Amino acid sequence: MSLLNTPVPISAYLILAAILFSIGIAAFLIKRNVISVFMSIELMLNAVNLTFVAFAHRWHALSGQIFVFFVMVVAAAEAAVGLAIIIAIFRTRKTLNVDQINLMKN
Amino acid sequence: MCFTIINEASNQKLAIPGTPRQLSDRTFQEPMQLALFLIFAALAIAGALNLLLQKHPINSALSLVVVMMSLAVLYWTLGAEFLAAAQVIVYAGAIMVLFVFVVMLLNAGEEEHTTGSRAAYLAGIPGATAVFCLLSFVFLTESHAIGNAHLGGMLDNGLNNIAEISRVLFTRLLLPFEVTSVLILVAILGAVVLARKDDETPAQPITTKAAVKEEAKEEVHV
Repeated sequence: MSLLNTPVPISAYLILAAILFSIGIAAFLIKRNVISVFMSIELMLNAVNLTFVAFAHRWHALSGQIFVFFVMVVAAAEAAVGLAIIIAIFRTRKTLNVDQINLMKN
Repeated sequence: MCFTIINEASNQKLAIPGTPRQLSDRTFQEPMQLALFLIFAALAIAGALNLLLQKHPINSALSLVVVMMSLAVLYWTLGAEFLAAAQVIVYAGAIMVLFVFVVMLLNAGEEEHTTGSRAAYLAGIPGATAVFCLLSFVFLTESHAIGNAHLGGMLDNGLNNIAEISRVLFTRLLLPFEVTSVLILVAILGAVVLARKDDETPAQPITTKAAVKEEAKEEVHV
Protein backbone atom coordinates (compact mmCIF):
# COMPACT_ATOMS: atom_id res chain seq x y z
CA MET A 1 0.00 0.00 0.00
CA SER A 2 2.90 2.34 0.73
CA LEU A 3 4.15 1.66 -2.78
CA LEU A 4 0.77 2.72 -4.16
CA ASN A 5 0.84 6.01 -2.28
CA THR A 6 4.21 7.11 -3.59
CA PRO A 7 3.92 9.92 -6.12
CA VAL A 8 5.18 9.34 -9.63
CA PRO A 9 8.57 11.02 -10.03
CA ILE A 10 9.05 13.19 -13.10
CA SER A 11 12.16 11.16 -13.86
CA ALA A 12 9.89 8.16 -14.51
CA TYR A 13 8.27 10.11 -17.35
CA LEU A 14 11.71 11.13 -18.61
CA ILE A 15 12.95 7.55 -18.54
CA LEU A 16 9.85 6.46 -20.44
CA ALA A 17 10.70 9.12 -23.02
CA ALA A 18 14.29 7.81 -23.15
CA ILE A 19 13.00 4.27 -23.73
CA LEU A 20 10.73 5.42 -26.55
CA PHE A 21 13.52 7.51 -28.09
CA SER A 22 15.96 4.57 -28.00
CA ILE A 23 13.39 2.26 -29.58
CA GLY A 24 12.91 4.97 -32.20
CA ILE A 25 16.66 5.06 -32.89
CA ALA A 26 16.83 1.28 -33.14
CA ALA A 27 13.81 1.18 -35.47
CA PHE A 28 15.30 3.97 -37.58
CA LEU A 29 18.48 1.94 -38.08
CA ILE A 30 16.94 -1.52 -38.40
CA LYS A 31 13.85 -0.92 -40.52
CA ARG A 32 14.31 -1.35 -44.26
CA ASN A 33 11.05 0.16 -45.43
CA VAL A 34 11.10 3.92 -46.04
CA ILE A 35 7.66 4.37 -44.50
CA SER A 36 8.68 2.46 -41.36
CA VAL A 37 11.84 4.56 -41.09
CA PHE A 38 9.69 7.66 -41.31
CA MET A 39 7.37 6.29 -38.63
CA SER A 40 10.31 5.75 -36.28
CA ILE A 41 11.23 9.42 -36.75
CA GLU A 42 7.71 10.29 -35.61
CA LEU A 43 8.19 8.03 -32.59
CA MET A 44 11.37 9.93 -31.65
CA LEU A 45 9.55 13.26 -32.02
CA ASN A 46 6.83 11.99 -29.69
CA ALA A 47 9.38 10.90 -27.11
CA VAL A 48 10.96 14.35 -27.09
CA ASN A 49 7.52 15.91 -26.77
CA LEU A 50 6.96 13.84 -23.63
CA THR A 51 10.10 15.28 -22.03
CA PHE A 52 8.93 18.78 -22.93
CA VAL A 53 5.57 18.23 -21.26
CA ALA A 54 7.17 16.62 -18.21
CA PHE A 55 9.54 19.55 -17.69
CA ALA A 56 6.72 22.04 -18.29
CA HIS A 57 4.83 20.28 -15.51
CA ARG A 58 7.84 20.38 -13.22
CA TRP A 59 8.66 24.05 -13.66
CA HIS A 60 5.05 25.23 -13.91
CA ALA A 61 6.04 26.88 -17.16
CA LEU A 62 3.89 27.03 -20.24
CA SER A 63 6.78 27.39 -22.71
CA GLY A 64 7.30 23.65 -22.87
CA GLN A 65 3.72 23.04 -23.89
CA ILE A 66 3.85 25.83 -26.47
CA PHE A 67 6.99 24.26 -27.88
CA VAL A 68 5.25 20.88 -28.14
CA PHE A 69 2.45 22.60 -30.02
CA PHE A 70 4.89 24.01 -32.56
CA VAL A 71 6.65 20.64 -32.83
CA MET A 72 3.28 19.10 -33.68
CA VAL A 73 2.67 21.70 -36.39
CA VAL A 74 6.10 21.16 -37.91
CA ALA A 75 5.68 17.38 -37.66
CA ALA A 76 2.40 17.59 -39.57
CA ALA A 77 4.05 19.65 -42.33
CA GLU A 78 7.04 17.31 -42.34
CA ALA A 79 4.83 14.23 -42.62
CA ALA A 80 2.97 15.71 -45.61
CA VAL A 81 6.17 16.63 -47.47
CA GLY A 82 7.98 13.43 -46.48
CA LEU A 83 5.19 11.18 -47.64
CA ALA A 84 5.01 13.11 -50.93
CA ILE A 85 8.76 12.48 -51.34
CA ILE A 86 8.20 8.79 -50.61
CA ILE A 87 5.50 8.66 -53.29
CA ALA A 88 7.85 10.38 -55.77
CA ILE A 89 10.66 7.92 -54.93
CA PHE A 90 8.33 4.98 -55.35
CA ARG A 91 7.25 6.29 -58.72
CA THR A 92 10.79 6.56 -60.07
CA ARG A 93 12.50 3.60 -58.34
CA LYS A 94 9.52 1.21 -57.98
CA THR A 95 10.72 0.19 -54.54
CA LEU A 96 10.40 1.19 -50.90
CA ASN A 97 13.53 -0.59 -49.68
CA VAL A 98 16.10 1.90 -48.43
CA ASP A 99 18.96 -0.34 -49.60
CA GLN A 100 17.84 0.01 -53.20
CA ILE A 101 17.44 3.77 -53.05
CA ASN A 102 21.12 4.45 -53.66
CA LEU A 103 21.07 6.99 -56.47
CA MET A 104 23.55 9.27 -54.70
CA LYS A 105 25.95 6.46 -53.76
CA ASN A 106 29.52 6.62 -55.26
CA MET B 1 -15.39 7.00 -14.01
CA CYS B 2 -11.77 7.80 -13.26
CA PHE B 3 -12.06 10.92 -15.40
CA THR B 4 -14.74 12.46 -13.19
CA ILE B 5 -12.86 11.62 -10.03
CA ILE B 6 -9.70 13.33 -11.22
CA ASN B 7 -11.54 16.34 -12.53
CA GLU B 8 -13.20 16.81 -9.18
CA ALA B 9 -9.88 16.40 -7.44
CA SER B 10 -8.17 18.99 -9.59
CA ASN B 11 -11.06 21.42 -9.19
CA GLN B 12 -10.96 21.14 -5.44
CA LYS B 13 -7.24 21.59 -5.44
CA LEU B 14 -7.61 24.73 -7.47
CA ALA B 15 -10.31 26.11 -5.21
CA ILE B 16 -8.86 26.34 -1.72
CA PRO B 17 -5.25 25.37 -1.19
CA GLY B 18 -4.16 24.02 2.15
CA THR B 19 -7.48 22.74 3.43
CA PRO B 20 -7.80 19.26 4.96
CA ARG B 21 -9.95 18.34 1.99
CA GLN B 22 -6.98 18.80 -0.29
CA LEU B 23 -4.90 16.44 1.81
CA SER B 24 -7.41 13.67 1.34
CA ASP B 25 -7.43 14.46 -2.37
CA ARG B 26 -3.69 14.11 -2.55
CA THR B 27 -3.70 10.71 -0.88
CA PHE B 28 -6.53 9.76 -3.17
CA GLN B 29 -5.05 10.93 -6.45
CA GLU B 30 -1.54 9.57 -6.11
CA PRO B 31 -2.48 5.91 -6.60
CA MET B 32 -4.55 7.08 -9.56
CA GLN B 33 -1.58 8.85 -11.12
CA LEU B 34 0.67 5.87 -10.46
CA ALA B 35 -1.84 3.46 -11.97
CA LEU B 36 -2.40 5.65 -15.04
CA PHE B 37 1.33 6.06 -15.51
CA LEU B 38 2.11 2.36 -15.18
CA ILE B 39 -0.70 1.25 -17.49
CA PHE B 40 -0.05 3.74 -20.25
CA ALA B 41 3.73 3.65 -20.01
CA ALA B 42 3.57 -0.12 -20.43
CA LEU B 43 1.18 0.33 -23.35
CA ALA B 44 3.48 2.90 -24.99
CA ILE B 45 6.56 0.69 -24.63
CA ALA B 46 4.66 -2.33 -25.93
CA GLY B 47 3.46 -0.32 -28.93
CA ALA B 48 6.95 0.98 -29.66
CA LEU B 49 8.45 -2.51 -29.45
CA ASN B 50 5.71 -3.79 -31.71
CA LEU B 51 6.58 -1.04 -34.20
CA LEU B 52 10.16 -2.28 -34.12
CA LEU B 53 9.35 -5.98 -34.44
CA GLN B 54 6.54 -5.99 -36.99
CA LYS B 55 7.53 -6.73 -40.56
CA HIS B 56 4.55 -5.18 -42.28
CA PRO B 57 4.37 -1.34 -42.31
CA ILE B 58 0.62 -1.28 -41.69
CA ASN B 59 1.14 -3.14 -38.38
CA SER B 60 3.89 -0.68 -37.47
CA ALA B 61 1.56 2.23 -38.23
CA LEU B 62 -1.22 0.85 -36.07
CA SER B 63 1.14 0.19 -33.15
CA LEU B 64 2.39 3.77 -33.51
CA VAL B 65 -1.23 4.87 -33.06
CA VAL B 66 -1.28 2.94 -29.77
CA VAL B 67 1.90 4.75 -28.66
CA MET B 68 0.43 8.14 -29.53
CA MET B 69 -2.86 7.47 -27.75
CA SER B 70 -1.09 6.38 -24.56
CA LEU B 71 1.19 9.41 -24.78
CA ALA B 72 -1.94 11.56 -24.98
CA VAL B 73 -3.13 10.09 -21.68
CA LEU B 74 0.29 10.74 -20.13
CA TYR B 75 0.19 14.37 -21.32
CA TRP B 76 -3.18 14.67 -19.69
CA THR B 77 -1.90 13.31 -16.37
CA LEU B 78 0.85 15.94 -16.56
CA GLY B 79 -1.74 18.71 -16.79
CA ALA B 80 -1.53 19.37 -20.54
CA GLU B 81 -5.14 18.85 -21.59
CA PHE B 82 -4.83 20.86 -24.79
CA LEU B 83 -1.81 18.88 -25.92
CA ALA B 84 -3.54 15.61 -25.08
CA ALA B 85 -6.43 16.60 -27.36
CA ALA B 86 -4.06 17.87 -30.05
CA GLN B 87 -2.05 14.66 -29.83
CA VAL B 88 -5.14 12.58 -30.51
CA ILE B 89 -6.45 14.86 -33.25
CA VAL B 90 -3.25 15.82 -35.05
CA TYR B 91 -0.94 12.86 -34.51
CA ALA B 92 -3.22 9.87 -34.08
CA GLY B 93 -5.85 11.37 -36.36
CA ALA B 94 -4.27 13.31 -39.20
CA ILE B 95 -0.66 12.18 -39.45
CA MET B 96 -1.28 8.49 -38.92
CA VAL B 97 -4.16 8.50 -41.37
CA LEU B 98 -1.74 10.00 -43.88
CA PHE B 99 0.76 7.22 -43.13
CA VAL B 100 -1.83 4.45 -43.44
CA PHE B 101 -3.08 6.08 -46.64
CA VAL B 102 0.40 6.05 -48.19
CA VAL B 103 1.03 2.46 -47.07
CA MET B 104 -2.20 1.43 -48.77
CA LEU B 105 -1.54 3.57 -51.85
CA LEU B 106 1.94 2.19 -52.46
CA ASN B 107 0.82 -1.35 -51.60
CA ALA B 108 3.81 -1.74 -49.30
CA GLY B 109 4.49 -5.36 -48.48
CA GLU B 110 6.64 -7.05 -45.87
CA GLU B 111 10.18 -5.83 -45.75
CA GLU B 112 12.93 -8.24 -46.69
CA HIS B 113 16.16 -8.41 -44.78
CA THR B 114 19.42 -7.66 -46.51
CA THR B 115 23.05 -7.53 -45.51
CA GLY B 116 22.63 -3.83 -44.82
CA SER B 117 19.95 -4.54 -42.25
CA ARG B 118 22.14 -7.11 -40.47
CA ALA B 119 24.84 -4.46 -40.09
CA ALA B 120 22.16 -2.10 -38.80
CA TYR B 121 21.18 -4.72 -36.19
CA LEU B 122 24.79 -4.94 -35.04
CA ALA B 123 25.19 -1.18 -34.84
CA GLY B 124 21.63 -0.15 -33.98
CA ILE B 125 20.75 -2.15 -30.90
CA PRO B 126 23.99 -1.40 -28.95
CA GLY B 127 23.82 2.23 -30.04
CA ALA B 128 20.23 2.65 -28.95
CA THR B 129 20.99 0.88 -25.66
CA ALA B 130 23.93 3.22 -25.07
CA VAL B 131 21.75 6.27 -25.67
CA PHE B 132 19.11 4.87 -23.32
CA CYS B 133 21.68 4.13 -20.59
CA LEU B 134 23.19 7.60 -20.86
CA LEU B 135 19.81 9.37 -20.71
CA SER B 136 18.43 7.27 -17.87
CA PHE B 137 21.66 7.67 -15.91
CA VAL B 138 21.32 11.45 -16.12
CA PHE B 139 17.63 11.35 -15.22
CA LEU B 140 18.14 9.00 -12.27
CA THR B 141 21.07 10.92 -10.79
CA GLU B 142 19.04 14.14 -11.05
CA SER B 143 15.88 12.41 -9.88
CA HIS B 144 15.63 14.24 -6.55
CA ALA B 145 16.18 17.64 -8.11
CA ILE B 146 13.55 16.95 -10.76
CA GLY B 147 10.88 16.08 -8.21
CA ASN B 148 7.47 14.48 -8.47
CA ALA B 149 4.45 14.80 -10.71
CA HIS B 150 1.05 15.72 -9.31
CA LEU B 151 -2.16 14.96 -11.07
CA GLY B 152 -4.27 17.81 -12.36
CA GLY B 153 -4.08 21.56 -11.84
CA MET B 154 -0.59 22.20 -13.09
CA LEU B 155 -0.95 25.97 -13.15
CA ASP B 156 -1.55 27.88 -9.95
CA ASN B 157 -4.03 30.51 -11.03
CA GLY B 158 -7.59 29.53 -11.67
CA LEU B 159 -7.33 29.41 -15.47
CA ASN B 160 -7.40 26.11 -17.22
CA ASN B 161 -4.68 24.89 -19.52
CA ILE B 162 -6.34 25.84 -22.81
CA ALA B 163 -6.99 29.41 -21.69
CA GLU B 164 -3.38 29.76 -20.58
CA ILE B 165 -1.98 28.40 -23.83
CA SER B 166 -4.26 30.51 -25.99
CA ARG B 167 -3.41 33.64 -24.03
CA VAL B 168 0.29 33.16 -24.70
CA LEU B 169 -0.23 31.96 -28.24
CA PHE B 170 -2.37 34.88 -29.33
CA THR B 171 -0.48 37.67 -27.63
CA ARG B 172 3.22 37.11 -27.08
CA LEU B 173 3.69 34.41 -29.71
CA LEU B 174 1.24 35.73 -32.28
CA LEU B 175 3.84 36.19 -35.02
CA PRO B 176 5.31 32.65 -34.75
CA PHE B 177 1.79 31.28 -34.62
CA GLU B 178 0.85 33.06 -37.85
CA VAL B 179 4.13 32.05 -39.48
CA THR B 180 3.22 28.39 -38.90
CA SER B 181 0.22 28.91 -41.16
CA VAL B 182 2.60 29.99 -43.94
CA LEU B 183 4.72 26.93 -43.17
CA ILE B 184 1.72 24.66 -43.55
CA LEU B 185 0.73 26.39 -46.79
CA VAL B 186 4.25 25.82 -48.16
CA ALA B 187 4.10 22.20 -47.01
CA ILE B 188 0.79 21.67 -48.81
CA LEU B 189 2.16 23.19 -52.02
CA GLY B 190 5.36 21.17 -51.69
CA ALA B 191 3.43 17.96 -51.16
CA VAL B 192 1.26 18.63 -54.20
CA VAL B 193 4.28 19.47 -56.39
CA LEU B 194 6.30 16.47 -55.22
CA ALA B 195 3.52 13.94 -55.52
CA ARG B 196 2.44 15.16 -58.98
CA LYS B 197 3.33 13.08 -62.00
CA ASP B 198 6.47 14.27 -63.74
CA ASP B 199 5.43 14.10 -67.41
CA GLU B 200 4.63 17.31 -69.22
CA THR B 201 1.42 16.16 -70.88
CA PRO B 202 -1.49 16.18 -68.53
CA ALA B 203 -2.64 12.71 -67.64
CA GLN B 204 -5.80 11.49 -69.32
CA PRO B 205 -8.58 11.53 -66.81
CA ILE B 206 -9.86 8.03 -66.26
CA THR B 207 -13.44 8.19 -65.22
CA THR B 208 -14.97 4.76 -65.59
CA LYS B 209 -13.98 1.34 -64.35
CA ALA B 210 -13.93 0.06 -67.91
CA ALA B 211 -11.28 2.60 -68.86
CA VAL B 212 -9.11 1.48 -65.93
CA LYS B 213 -9.49 -2.13 -67.02
CA GLU B 214 -8.59 -1.27 -70.61
CA GLU B 215 -5.49 0.53 -69.48
CA ALA B 216 -4.50 -2.42 -67.34
CA LYS B 217 -4.94 -4.72 -70.35
CA GLU B 218 -2.78 -2.47 -72.50
CA GLU B 219 -0.04 -2.56 -69.90
CA VAL B 220 -0.15 -6.33 -69.86
CA HIS B 221 0.17 -6.45 -73.67
CA VAL B 222 3.11 -4.10 -73.64
